[in-house]
Amino acid sequence: MPLELYLDLHSQPCRSVFLFAQINKIPFEFKAVDLSAGEQYGEEFGKVSIIRRVPVLKDGDFILTESIAILQYLAAKHHTPDNWYPTDLQKRARVDEFLSWQHTNIRTHGSKVFWFRGVMPAVTGAPVPKEKMDAAVEDLNASLKTFEDKFLQSRPFIIGDKISLADLVAIVEIMQPVGTGLDVFQGRPALSAWRDRVKKEIGVEVFDEAHKVIMNVDTLAQTFENKGLPEFLKLKIQRMFN
Amino acid sequence: MSLEIYLDLFSQPCRSVYIFAKKNDIQFDYKKISLFEGYQYSEEYGKINLLRKAPAIKDGDFYLAESVAIMLYLTEKFHTPDHWYPADLQKRARVNEYLSWQHSTIRPHGSKMMWFKLLIPKAFGTEIPKEKMDNAVEDLNSSLNLFEEKFLQDRPFIVGDQISLADLVAIVEIMQPVGAGMDVFENRPKLKAWKDRVRAEIGAELFDEAHQAIFYAQEAVKTMDPEKIEHFKPKILRYFLS
Repeated sequence: MPLELYLDLHSQPCRSVFLFAQINKIPFEFKAVDLSAGEQYGEEFGKVSIIRRVPVLKDGDFILTESIAILQYLAAKHHTPDNWYPTDLQKRARVDEFLSWQHTNIRTHGSKVFWFRGVMPAVTGAPVPKEKMDAAVEDLNASLKTFEDKFLQSRPFIIGDKISLADLVAIVEIMQPVGTGLDVFQGRPALSAWRDRVKKEIGVEVFDEAHKVIMNVDTLAQTFENKGLPEFLKLKIQRMFN
Repeated sequence: MSLEIYLDLFSQPCRSVYIFAKKNDIQFDYKKISLFEGYQYSEEYGKINLLRKAPAIKDGDFYLAESVAIMLYLTEKFHTPDHWYPADLQKRARVNEYLSWQHSTIRPHGSKMMWFKLLIPKAFGTEIPKEKMDNAVEDLNSSLNLFEEKFLQDRPFIVGDQISLADLVAIVEIMQPVGAGMDVFENRPKLKAWKDRVRAEIGAELFDEAHQAIFYAQEAVKTMDPEKIEHFKPKILRYFLS
């Protein structure tokens, strides 16, 4: 039974898993989940995961959620090159440190800016109030500053000379707001240089393939017009402004 | 050179690290810090952890932040019993899955209750609007439901028959709202049974010692010097109530 990966490449953690499998030539069946249509709330998907998020891995009978856990599992199972998740105690700790920190920092703030710039206006037909937008961008900038000051510094990659899971997870999260037209790399030469390095290590073609949908997110408005707005989205948006 | 661990036991991730180190007889220099007094913003602490959060460790020349990363480092370095972080691929994946999921669910939802029910009203004298409070309670309940339905199910512990890092991280987070006077175990007999099991495995004495600050939170907040925590107010109100 082949490995199944349930993915929607609009989602950052789906992209890191997709890229990792591609780079390491891990064969898998791409099971598309359409988040904009609310497919994750359907009965079918509920049989796969009641957490109702993506990505999900299904390896025979073994079902696993959470991109970090999936990446760690694939690295161990497929004996990927050591640099991705080093066996060296301190190097591994550095990767773990970033993978832990990013959940409530880069990930949260990058996602919020993406929602505010790319999704909300497509749904409501109006821009997000300036004060809220400014606060979201300010938080993202603070995270990016911490990323540069603490995690990257003057190293080529987060933990040193080689790319690791940390860089992979970082890049997909940092790309999220970029898809909405906010070029976070502008005015950040060190971050840009790191982005170029990471892109090259991953492979420009597969990197661009993974990011194709996010770079075309302005088509979301049309998607909602064609397919209608799923209920969960209306509720989520209401909640965001409470 | 000894291991230094910087902790404020009011903080959930500090408690999991403290309990883990003590339970496994790991020798360390307990560096007690006060988050409410703002020590994390000092120049001194900035040298220990630029992220300005607790816990953090200093092991010789090696500095590490993020409780999950710290515990993975300690399990590896001190060769703690396998059940904490099993070598078995699938069991380990289950621990990783929980450790990842909790960052954006139980952790913030539980933390929020401590701020909303106790700290913001009692220490800052600001009332929480009803709708925000209701949403916060709903979020915590949803997370606890998922915890029971997906992560615990009918098992004694998250991964199976034995306690792991997942249970340790879960319990310290779930105890946080309890300190604010919210009995999360009411009407949740399965959760309560699991809590009792975890407390027994850790050792009731160690568990209770680690949670002293939480058990006395409602008392402590009465004598908290409002001037000392005034500097937090704008940041906290913006974070939670904007």
